[in-house]
Order: sequence, then C-alpha cells, then structure tokens
Amino acid sequence: MNTSLILLLVLVIGLATYLAGRARALATSKGKLSALHSLPGYHGTYAAICATIPALLVLALWLVAAPVYIDNDIRSSLPETVLAEGEATTELALGQVKSIAGGLKLLNAAELSTLSDDPANLREVLAAKGVPLAGEGEAYMVGSAQRFNTLTTASRYLMAAAVFLVAVAGAVLALRGIKTPFRARNQVERVMLGALMLASSIAILTTIGIVGSMLSETIRFFQSVSPVEFFFGTVWDPRFSAAGSSDTSGQFGLLPLLAGTLYIALVAMLFAVPIGLFAAIYMAEYARPAVRSAVKPLLEILAGIPTIVYGFFALVTVGPFLRDISAELNGLVTGNYVSFIQAQSVLTAGIVMGIMLIPFVSSLSDDIITQVPASLRDGSLGLGATRSETIKRVVLPAALPGIVGALLLTASRAVGETMIVVLAAGVAARMQLNPFEAMTTVTVKIVNQLTGDLEFNSPQTLVAFALGITLFFITLCLNIYALYIVRKYREQYE
Amino acid sequence: MTEIATSVFPRSPAARRDIGIKRRYAAERRFRAYGVAAILIGLLFLFVLLWTVVSKGYTAFQQTTITLPIEFAEKVIDPKNERAANPAKLMSANYPLLVRDALVKTLGIDPANRAEVKKATDMVSASARTQLRDIVVANPAVIGTTLNVSLLASGDIDSANKGQINLEVEESKRKVNDRQLAWMKTLSEDGVLSKEFNTGIFTSGASSRPEASGIGVAALGSLYMMLIVLVLALPIGVAASIYLEEFAPKNRLTDLIEVNINNLAAVPSIVYGLLGLSIFINFAGMPRSAALVGGLVLTLMTLPTIIIATRAALKAVPPSIRSAALGLGASKMQMVFHHVLPLAAPGVLTGTIIGLAHALGETAPLLLIGMVAFVVDYPGSPMEPSTALPVQIYMWANEAERAFVERTSGAIIILLIFLVVMNLGAILLRRRFERRW
Repeated sequence: MNTSLILLLVLVIGLATYLAGRARALATSKGKLSALHSLPGYHGTYAAICATIPALLVLALWLVAAPVYIDNDIRSSLPETVLAEGEATTELALGQVKSIAGGLKLLNAAELSTLSDDPANLREVLAAKGVPLAGEGEAYMVGSAQRFNTLTTASRYLMAAAVFLVAVAGAVLALRGIKTPFRARNQVERVMLGALMLASSIAILTTIGIVGSMLSETIRFFQSVSPVEFFFGTVWDPRFSAAGSSDTSGQFGLLPLLAGTLYIALVAMLFAVPIGLFAAIYMAEYARPAVRSAVKPLLEILAGIPTIVYGFFALVTVGPFLRDISAELNGLVTGNYVSFIQAQSVLTAGIVMGIMLIPFVSSLSDDIITQVPASLRDGSLGLGATRSETIKRVVLPAALPGIVGALLLTASRAVGETMIVVLAAGVAARMQLNPFEAMTTVTVKIVNQLTGDLEFNSPQTLVAFALGITLFFITLCLNIYALYIVRKYREQYE
Repeated sequence: MTEIATSVFPRSPAARRDIGIKRRYAAERRFRAYGVAAILIGLLFLFVLLWTVVSKGYTAFQQTTITLPIEFAEKVIDPKNERAANPAKLMSANYPLLVRDALVKTLGIDPANRAEVKKATDMVSASARTQLRDIVVANPAVIGTTLNVSLLASGDIDSANKGQINLEVEESKRKVNDRQLAWMKTLSEDGVLSKEFNTGIFTSGASSRPEASGIGVAALGSLYMMLIVLVLALPIGVAASIYLEEFAPKNRLTDLIEVNINNLAAVPSIVYGLLGLSIFINFAGMPRSAALVGGLVLTLMTLPTIIIATRAALKAVPPSIRSAALGLGASKMQMVFHHVLPLAAPGVLTGTIIGLAHALGETAPLLLIGMVAFVVDYPGSPMEPSTALPVQIYMWANEAERAFVERTSGAIIILLIFLVVMNLGAILLRRRFERRW
C-alpha cells in the first residue's frame, strides 16, 4: 500500500468525519441552532482535525523512523567479515543489498528459488530484468535482500494499520465529545493559530538552515585546509580531485576571489550610482506626474529582467563591443589595432551589472527623497535658493542617511550577483588592478566548484560552502546595517 | 545731488549688485540636464538590451526545412528481413543512407563522387536519423514505400538561408561552401528548401545540434517548479504574514523574525542553492536535478517577497473594518479570515505573481542543485531529472556555434514574454481591484 494512497484515505476519513460531526452537532441542537456554543461547521472541523492530524503525525514519524530501523537491522545481519572492514564497506554492501532487493521483487517464484540455491549468476539474472548491479553479488546478499523485502512489506502494512487506527480512534472520540456547550470554535482557532505560528517560524528555520548547513560543511572543509590558508591565501588553484582520493594539494586562497568580487561591485556602483541617483532626483523633484508615471515603470523593467539575460547581453554585445572599440582606439592612437580590453573583463561585468543596478538605486533613492518633508523644501525655496541649490544643500543632506542605506543594499546585491559574472567576468583568479583584464568572483567559483562530477567529500567541493558562508556574512552585514539605517531614517521623519 | 540719486536708485543694469543669478541659473539648467541625461541613459540601455535580444532572436522562430522524397528501401533498413523476429533492428538501421540516396537523386549527383555526396549530406541535419527512425518504428508498413519527408536543414544552411553568413568571406573560411549555396538556390526555386514557422523551438528538448534543440522540456521543468512554488509559498507566506501582522505580540522574538525576513529577501540567490544542495539533496536524500528540489529552493527564496507584500496589503486594510467585525461579535480569527484577508487579497495576489515572476527567471540556485542537465525527454513527474527555462538559456549561451546565439535569443524572448504577461497580470489585478480607503 503506497504512501499517497494512505494519505488520500486519511483525507477521506477526515472529510467523512467533518460531515458526520456537522450532522451530529445539528442533531444535538435539536433544530435550535442558538443552543450550540459553536456553529455546526466548527464541530465538524474539530472532529476532522482530531481524525487527521494525529494520524498524519504517526505517518510522518513512521516514514522517518522505519527506514532507519530496517537499515540497522540489515546492517547487523551482515556477516562479521563485512562489518570488520569498516563503515564504508558496510554502507556499500547495504546499498547493494537494497538494489538486489529491488530486483528480487521482479522475479517469479521459480527464478527466486534457483537464485537462492545458486546465487553465482545473480548479476546476470537481475541485469536481464533491467536492474544493474554495481558489483558481483555475494551469496549472503540474497538472504539479506529477502529479509529487507520482508521487513519493508511488514513495515508498510503495520504503518497502514497504525495510521488507520489512529485516524478512526480520533474520529470516534471527537464525534462522541460533541455536545451543545462544547467550545469547538475556540479549539479550531487554537489549531489555526498554531499553524500560523508554524508558518512564520519557517523564516527563522530557513536562516538556521542556511547558517547550519553551510557551517557544518565549512567545518568539514577546514579539517583538510586550514582557515588561515583559506582566508589569507593569495593563490586560488584548487586542482581536481580524482574520485576516491581526498587530495588536498590544491591551494584555496580567498583573497583573489574577494578582490575580484569587490572590484567588479565597485565598477558597477560607480556606473549605477550617478545615473540612478540623478534619475531619482529628476523624477522626485522635477518631473511632471505624467512623465514620472511613464518613466518610473520603464526603468523598473530593468529590475525585472532576469540576470541570465544580462549575462547573455554582456557575453554577446557589451564584451565584443568594448573589445572592438578598444582596438579602434588603440589603432587611432598608436596605429596598432590590438584591443586592450578583453571581451571578458572587470569592465564588461561591471558595466552590465551597473545597468542592472540602476533601477535599484533610483527606486530606493526616489522613495527616500520623496519622504523628505515639503516644509524643508519650501523653506529653502522661500529664501530664494534655486531648485538645484535646494536639492544640493537641503534635500540631499536630509536624505543622506537613507540614501547611504539604499546604496549599501544595492552593494549587497552587486556582491551576491551570480549570472552576469559567470558569463562576463571570466574564471581566472588573480589579483590585479587593470579593469580591462578578466578577474573572477566568489559566486563564479561557487558555481564552478559545484557544477561538474566532483566527489562531494573532497575539499574542492566543500570549499564552495566556505565561500558561500563568507558571501552570506558579507551581505548579511551590509543588509543589517542598511536596514537599520533606513529604518532609523524613516522614524526620523514620521 | 545727481551722484547721490544714481547711487541710491541704480538705473543701469551694470551697476546692480552682482548676486551671480546668471551663473546660478546656468547651474540649475545643468543640474536638470544631468537628471534628464541619467534617465535617457537608463532608457537607452533598456532599449539596446531589448533590441539586441529581439534582433538576434526573432529569426529563431523560423526554421529552414528540406522536403525530400525518402524511399524507405527495405534493402537499406532491413536487408535480412528480420524485423518480425527482432523489432529492435529497426532502431539501429542505417537511416542516414536513405537521406543520402534521396539527396543524390534530387540533386542529380554522381554517387561515386564522395566529396560531392558529403557536401550534399552535410546540408541536412543529423537529427534526420532519429526523425526517420521514429517514422519507421511507429509504422513499419512504410518500408518499401516512398514518402515526402520534411527534414531539418543543418544549422549552417539554416543560418545561410536566413542571410546570417557573410558570403564575402573566402570560401575555405566559410561554413557553407559555394556548391552548397548553388544547391540551396536550386532547391529553394524547386520549393524543396523552404523557411517555415519553427514549432521545434517550443516542443523539443536539449540537443547538441542547434536546429533540433528547443525549450519545450525546460519549460515543463519550469512549470513544475512554478506550481510547487505556488502551492507552497502562497499558503505559507500568507499564514506567516497573518500571524506576524495580526496576532504576534510585539516582543524580541517577533522583532527577530521581522529583521530575519527583511534580511532573507536580500540574501544572494546562490546561497539558497547551497542550502538546497546541502539540506534537500545531501541530508534528505532527494534526487539531484529534480524539479521538486528546485521548486523547494525557489519556494524558500520567494517566501520573503510574498510575506513582505502580504503584510503591506494587510496593513492597508483600515482598522475600522477590524473594529466593526469585532464589535459585531466575530472572533479575532473570524475577523481576519472573513473580512481582512478578502479585502487584502488583490495585494496578496499581486505580490505572489511578482514573486513567481522573479522565481521563473532565477538561474543561479538551480545550477547548484544539478539542473544544468542535458535533458532530452519530457520529465514525467517533478521527481525526474529536468531543467528550467533560464538554465537552458545559460547552457545555450555557453555554446560556441552561431546558430545557438539565435536560439538563445529566441528562448530569452519567450522567457521575457512570460514575464511580461505575469507582470501585466499583476498590474491589471491591482488596477481592477485596488481600493483606496
């Protein structure tokens, strides 16, 4: 009996209980609805909750616990010789037993009996049924596999029985408890409140999950590479690790990646901040409402375009354009038509990322500038200052903290941006100051280290988590500080 | 006397005290011009970006085909006549030979001239093999008959037919040689070679040949993920916002959740990919490359957006409505679910659609959970390996061939159309149902 069927049946029981509960509540009221404390629907819902929720809990618990129990049982049933060879071999044998068990289900009785008498050609028999085995099966494995199948089947039946028992018991108890003064609505609302609280705790759980998972993988990484080497190393050269070997001969220096990340983010900000800020000032202070309502959504389209599109734009348009124009410039000045800007460079990635950031800067700054009270503006204009003088000497200083917060939020986006730099910045990790050369970033290396057929336990893969947690903490600090500033600024003028 | 009069009442403009009004007005005009310039630069980039994509991509919706009378000769497909005993033979028959024979006959080439024959067969995509195989396997009765089959032209011929290959380049450096160009001319005059609307780009899966690849499979993967995000993120997000906005006591813990949600909205998306890899795949043992994992990761990523939008919508419902409901004897839960939530629904839906649009375009986290996969067949369920629309774009963007640039732009156009439709839907929803109190 499979799990989704059980799930469906539990829900059917729940529905039936709801209807029964409602009918019973109506019957107890004897046609006088006001005699009931709660409406019949609430009585029905309460009964349905009693029927389904404990049953679903039992189901979930069983699904988690049973495989662990069965694995343990099979593991201890393996021969001493296998157990003596250590954990890795035991796990391998266990995996093989499981795939044999899957194959055994496809055999008929006659094939099964010949197989248990003579397990030598196990692999061929199962391969004929379309179940490939990783290695030659051992004789003991057939027995273990059969045991595994029996246990799994037994566990499935027991689970179904237990779940139904709990569901029916819950339903009967709840239905018997229906009486006119029973406060069903309060009970139902209590359950609903619990569900709401559970939902809002997911936000916290996500953060805990992010920090916890990355921290644990990072600690595993630091067992093979020292943190000092990682945080202060100036060479990034992780090498490849062959499957099976945990070779740590690579060098994992964070600094070249961090330098590239910050450099590209800086170029992007230098590009985006003036444009975004001036656009925001114009829209907030000068533009007529009609212009504003046309231009603002148009600029915000830039923020809605997926970053992969920007990456493609950098790759096929901006990169080649910069390369060709630099060749032309070089030719005009020196007569030597060689490009000095590479197609993949800090400049390419920075400019394209800057385009992406323009709407972030302009929308956030626009909001903040419009929050500056009109009295400040009127005062300045009344004293004879021009519009631009008012903006430069009164509005901007008043809005400065908020704008700084907005810029920090934008910078955190620039640091964490992935697809543009993957396609436009290059993969060479080096520390240099020429914006026309390729550099690489933390995010590019996370993608590089995790896409491919690397073994998961090698430091080459685990380093991605160390990079990830570094990135997470940089953006976390920027975000928290920025949100703090913006919040404080908002309070100032409220 | 006159001297005093002129100094007290200056008549000539030159004598007026110079307060720099000209300079200040010039500065004012300059400042204004900077603002206009900034906006124009922003709009220019938007225009260039869209223009690049559209001008490179609109041709992807057309495809050159070559319609040949293919003779399904028995002596080629099944020379020993064993298909009745072993149907698998039909899978491995020499189908390219059928194409070659048909081409040789149509173009009137000497079959012994190897070089000529090679040039001719290069004009047809290698995907013709699977195309013919599928025809024969589906209906073995065609063996021995002759059918007109519309085959895909190879990527280079397709590019040449669309005028994307510079014919002034020396022949040896060109991907299409003069002989093939001449054939193309005669074939298109005969109506054999023609440009048709490219349905393949909407239905096919990944392929190493640009002419045979499409986004159909990737779009299905994206659809699975969007459904998962919608089913999970909307109820959880709404429930969380209701709790935080209507029920939560103001204390340290709710403050922490608040800061947390704002921060999660700004966490780089790639970090969610790491979370998915380490928790869903390594810890919970879910399959790699599955749309289920992608959907869960995108759900976590979209939740903060939905929560922030929903809270804003709930906040906008005036307190008088709440007081009225409570005053008539509703419980707090009834007040929220019967009155506040329905009034906030347009705002909630708008936020959800915008969150979904954002999730649809997200690439980075999906790369880490193994969705950069070469998926040829439609995934039957969210548990099977699949890929997503933006990831397919990423993979094509990394291909070197000219024809893939066209496909990539075509796929981007399709993705952008989806996003525009979703965003327009959100705007219309807001216009139609928004209430100002």
